[in-house]
Amino acid sequence: MTLLMPTPEPAIMSRRNELVARLADILPGESLIVDEIARRAYECDAFTMYRALPLVVALPESVEQVRAIMALAAEMNVKVVPRGAGTSLSGGSMPLEDGILLGMSKFNRILEIDYENRCARVQPGVQNLAISKAVEAQGFYYAPDPSSQIACSIGGNVAENAGGVHCLKYGLTTNNILGLEVVLMGGDLIRLGGKHLDSEGYDLIGLMTGSEGLLGVVTEVIVRLLQKPPVARGLLLGFASVDAGARCVSAIIARGVIPAGLEMMDRATIHAVERFQPCGYPLDAEALVIVEIDGTQAEVDHLIGVVQDIAREEGATTIRASTSEAERLQFWAGRKNAFPAVSCIAPDYLCMDGTIPRARLPEALAGMDRLAKAQGLSVANVFHAGDGNLHPLILYDASKEGDVERAEKLGFDILRLCVSLGGVLTGEHGVGVEKRDLMGEMFTEVDLEQQMRLKCAFDPAGRLNPGKVFPTLHRCAELGMMHVAGGKMPFPDLPRF
Amino acid sequence: MESASATLEIRDEADAVDAICAANAKGVSCAIVGGGSKARLGRSAPQAQTLSTAALTGVTLYEPNELVLSARAGALLGEIEALLDQNGQQLAFEPMDYGPLLGAEAGCATIGGVIAVNASGPRRIKAGAARDHLLGFRCVTGRGEQVKSGGRVMKNVTGYDLSKLVCGSYGTLALLTELTLKVLPKPETECTLLAIGANEEESLALLRRATATPCEPSSLAMLPAGAALALDDNAAAVRLEGPAISVTARRDDLLMRLALDGVRFETLEERDSAALWREVRDAEPVAAEVGQVWRISVAPTEGFAVVERIRRAGVPLLAHFYDWAGGLIWLCVETTSDAYAAVVRAAVDVSGGHATLIRASQETRTIVDVFHPQPAALAALTRRVKESFDPAHILERGRMRAEF
Repeated sequence: MTLLMPTPEPAIMSRRNELVARLADILPGESLIVDEIARRAYECDAFTMYRALPLVVALPESVEQVRAIMALAAEMNVKVVPRGAGTSLSGGSMPLEDGILLGMSKFNRILEIDYENRCARVQPGVQNLAISKAVEAQGFYYAPDPSSQIACSIGGNVAENAGGVHCLKYGLTTNNILGLEVVLMGGDLIRLGGKHLDSEGYDLIGLMTGSEGLLGVVTEVIVRLLQKPPVARGLLLGFASVDAGARCVSAIIARGVIPAGLEMMDRATIHAVERFQPCGYPLDAEALVIVEIDGTQAEVDHLIGVVQDIAREEGATTIRASTSEAERLQFWAGRKNAFPAVSCIAPDYLCMDGTIPRARLPEALAGMDRLAKAQGLSVANVFHAGDGNLHPLILYDASKEGDVERAEKLGFDILRLCVSLGGVLTGEHGVGVEKRDLMGEMFTEVDLEQQMRLKCAFDPAGRLNPGKVFPTLHRCAELGMMHVAGGKMPFPDLPRF
Repeated sequence: MESASATLEIRDEADAVDAICAANAKGVSCAIVGGGSKARLGRSAPQAQTLSTAALTGVTLYEPNELVLSARAGALLGEIEALLDQNGQQLAFEPMDYGPLLGAEAGCATIGGVIAVNASGPRRIKAGAARDHLLGFRCVTGRGEQVKSGGRVMKNVTGYDLSKLVCGSYGTLALLTELTLKVLPKPETECTLLAIGANEEESLALLRRATATPCEPSSLAMLPAGAALALDDNAAAVRLEGPAISVTARRDDLLMRLALDGVRFETLEERDSAALWREVRDAEPVAAEVGQVWRISVAPTEGFAVVERIRRAGVPLLAHFYDWAGGLIWLCVETTSDAYAAVVRAAVDVSGGHATLIRASQETRTIVDVFHPQPAALAALTRRVKESFDPAHILERGRMRAEF
């Protein structure tokens, strides 16, 4: 285990019984998980490489309970790790051994659907897809659609600023949120935004979105609803080289077309998918590009024609346009099954999430290949090609001596490569614990200190989800954010690591 | 920045570091000015010195195929828009030019100023605000430190999204030095469907109906009689943009769906359509009057009720119109010492939203809260956020809130 987490604080561990008793005053018995075997269920999220047993699991169902827990945590100086559906791929809700795991799964109600104002007020534990399902009969949907949308919760989407295949045209979570209700460490409740656009004052909704549970606990979300486009059609394009596929993607954008989805996969993934569940992908192609155009019938048909022309000019070896909804869904079936398909060709895989400027794609792929060979591993690639977000899947075998370490090393090398090409460490999965120690590749110490000062503005004692995102946890006083009265620092035993 | 104060020209980040560190050492406050189009925007709060970003010019990166452009903060908005236009692209959030509304010249806005006030126009309802298009930035904070955030790629969740935070921060957190923006293709053409003759409330309901169609309107405004383009009757305006073949089809479809007794429909073709939305963008119907101007953001269904409450309370309205399908109200009231702030804000608070006093005299903007007052917990957090960037309140002291 190469990941160093904050050392559990004896002062907290020794007061566990007192903490549990105090929590029992706030929550009914069934909402408090004390038993070790039951707590095991929460020891990791979808980033399973690292695990920890939470001190206690609290499952509140009212805002008052959340406020009381956050007030108690501040009073007893106990850490809190918020958790939605536990689908984070970066360990954002990995528990701490000396922390309360605050599970928000009981906040599972859609509170209001306001069609006239094109928004819905929902609790954070509501499943992403459930929102679209609730409004589809009226012709609406909620745009961000991460692959985990049947499981992930909207509160977690806010914490991670979740994306999906349609975000090139419709934006990420941050572009589709109108309001938040947030409980701060200590129990204060703040409301941000509402059913109106662009609240003046600092854009704390924007700051909260993607803050990975380090700033506050979201207890209510107002999401924007969009009118469902009447028509969507897909195009399946095969290319003899990855470069040709990448050039075609650039040419589509350059021609002024912004598709609803623009995905690409490499030969390794195409073959894995076809073996897993055949869906008619061309096996002779080195790269496959899936394009989706949505809108009104006239516009979609017109743009499908434009993209077909571009594909021809760029030398596509396969060009197929969907003529029915079933065919469009079939085009997507392989892409949606890419991850499970890859898990059938290798015992384990590690999914990375760097983003690069699109034009650097050929370089990135060549570089990845080189790095993989150096570790004796191989990589299958799926990308959100439209926005340059790569998902290299590093194939390894955890039962083989040294493979885990090699896979982890390769992952880090790939992310460093992304940064060196002008890209970033993570496009949509978050930093969490997974990429925490790479933050220095992208940011200077001064950049990171400014971000940590913001954390201090929300959580001066550093009790909310510490050990995530930032490689080094500074005391707020060191960052010049806390008044040190009479030479005495609050919480002098706060650990550094 | 209103009264004369010493001006320091910032030529690069090192200059900004020096100036802000020196200001911290002396405890003096600084205004930040680009082109000066928004000098009268915000609370009236004279600063000891002025930092000018006018010399921080130039587009530093533009890759049309990557939909990305970087420019230094003092680059003129007009120059950036002209460059994008040559490549068939645009800033989709359609930033308004505050200059004419606030008695400055048109066309002097800089990109830094646009971001500092999160300026967004009629297309905001579909394409997002300035905050949705800022991918990354470099700045010098109120502590005098060079900080960057974000990047040049479309999708990025590495670290906190400080880009959102600096949008609309009115220079109170940091002096922005360089901005990286997402740019988008210009639609091939546009037209506007005008529904003329319904009363104000019906016109707004019609706009909301238009947003519930699959016709993808990109802007929806309600212009009371006389408010624009010499229209002498109430008009609901719906803008459609895209490939010509699609715009025509959607216009016909919309016409069918919106048909209403007593309402007549007209189409403004490309040039007239663009001219109308420029007027709406720059709030010309209220800018043309001499009174004080409010900008109010509420839920679209509440727009009319808010105006009615203000009217019934006896506030003399000189002009008003609605953008964002009724969610954005521009209001010009007869000048008075307090700009009817209590009445306006009470009318908004019934259903939630905010009212910003955009145009008023220096005196009024000293005694009246220009920005909507905040509840105690939020105000305290806001102050802590400010102090995380600028602990000594060096930058734009008092510009947003009296307490910092």
